[in-house]
Amino acid sequence: MREFLDMGGYAAYVWPSYVVTIGVIVVNVIWARRSLARARQLVRRRAAGEAS
Amino acid sequence: MSHGDVEVAALTPPIVARSSATSALGAAALALERDLLLAFRHPSQLVQPLAFFAMVTLLFPLALSPEPARLREVAPGVLWTAALLASLLALEFLFRDDAHDGTLEQYALSGQSLTTLLFAKIAAHWVLTGVPLTLMAPLAALSLGASPSALPGIFAAVLIGSVTLSLIGSIGAALTLGIKRSGALLSLLTLPLALPVLIFGARATQLAMSGGPVVAPLELLGALAVLGTTLAPLAAAAAVRISLE
Amino acid sequence: MAWTWFHRLASPPYVYGVAGRLSPWFAWPAVLLILGGLYGGLVLAPPDYQQGDGFRIIYVHAPSAWMSLMVYTTMAGAAAIGLVWRMKVAHAAAAACAPIGASFTFAALVTGALWGEPMWGTYWQWDPRLTSELILFFLYLGYMGLRAGIEDPQRADRASALLAVVGVINVPIIHYSVTWWNSLHQAPSVMRLGKPSISLTMLLPLLAMLLGFTLLFIALLLVRLRAEVLLRERSSSWTREALLT
Repeated sequence: MREFLDMGGYAAYVWPSYVVTIGVIVVNVIWARRSLARARQLVRRRAAGEAS
Repeated sequence: MSHGDVEVAALTPPIVARSSATSALGAAALALERDLLLAFRHPSQLVQPLAFFAMVTLLFPLALSPEPARLREVAPGVLWTAALLASLLALEFLFRDDAHDGTLEQYALSGQSLTTLLFAKIAAHWVLTGVPLTLMAPLAALSLGASPSALPGIFAAVLIGSVTLSLIGSIGAALTLGIKRSGALLSLLTLPLALPVLIFGARATQLAMSGGPVVAPLELLGALAVLGTTLAPLAAAAAVRISLE
Repeated sequence: MAWTWFHRLASPPYVYGVAGRLSPWFAWPAVLLILGGLYGGLVLAPPDYQQGDGFRIIYVHAPSAWMSLMVYTTMAGAAAIGLVWRMKVAHAAAAACAPIGASFTFAALVTGALWGEPMWGTYWQWDPRLTSELILFFLYLGYMGLRAGIEDPQRADRASALLAVVGVINVPIIHYSVTWWNSLHQAPSVMRLGKPSISLTMLLPLLAMLLGFTLLFIALLLVRLRAEVLLRERSSSWTREALLT
């Protein structure tokens, strides 16, 4: 396990690369879902505003 | 209202009125003539980019060292960076006044090809900023340690390169019409597109200064200019129409 | 008849519904492929004979770089469709692409720099691929800046679409000129990231990652497209019906 984490001495470069890329993926997923949720909320609020 | 504004207004109607009767080329010639006349009445717009160019080339000897060998090494990069920034500075004037006083709208409605009219405007802009820059660049090169034999090559490179810079810049200037404080955005849009000119121009200058063959980079600059001439006015016209919608 | 699918794509309610139904079919395979690719790349693939375990950065760098180009091309394609056929959905798709592309370009730059340090001895090498990637990042920033700068949404759509099309014409020219420039200044001692013979256990995880990223992009695009379409259509009645029923 330690050997794996050490990455043959390249740990300082390999792991940050993976962290950054996976971070970008996760951020993108959150962003996309949140933008859809916000848009839905906006439409719902407008509908509620007109009904009342 | 200043004296100049009255004359702008007085100059606008004849072109539009006459353009319906004239050929596309005739209308373009009138637009070119008008822009040149207007610019010569506001010489400060002409002088500022030039002064900026001279200032930037002055900064480098002061910031680096007055040692000729070192200056000669960085001269091509300094010249082209300064030229690129100076032409960027001049871009803001390209369409701004004409968008404000409605001239661009008149052009779009005149029945003449907007692409041709904008091409005339870009040509006028090049005569007013590119040509003075071309005349100034050899002087700046001399001050950075270029030998006189390098000057024709540098002159040719800036002459051809500045055409493309005006053309590329027109797209960014047209796209940012109607945006307040568009200066930073205009640079962000224009600079990446202008990089090939910078690369080939600096290479030509470098070869000219070291006595090498400048033909290849000059040809590449020429190819960019041809491509820009065919495509940039079209894109600028489309962008102007979008801004008028 | 063959064109009905194209016309249906122009209808926002249809696109909203279809995008919602399709997105999980891309999202879950993308997750599986990326997880598989990560395992294969980090564990199964043997160390490279030259670069040791440092080469494993390729499994995140190459897909990110691929993503940055693919998203830009998709964005420009959607933008062109929006300009030519005045299709609202296409503009919405182009707008949805930009933040995805910009963020993966950022990832490609960071991973490229992290790869550069052990391979070249410096985080930033002016290598043509990294330089082009950086310029691409600026093109994305310019696109988003222009879109944010124009208040009227339809004008913002059309102006940024034009910029995307101009950009995609320029990308090959920029890339070519940067490569040409680099070939002149290449320091001989620099170790190139060449194309070593690659074994199957090394190649398969890379392919899984490339495909996984592509599917992920489609899934992200579909979700964002739904959001964009809802926002643009918020005052029409179908959006309410779609949400309340």
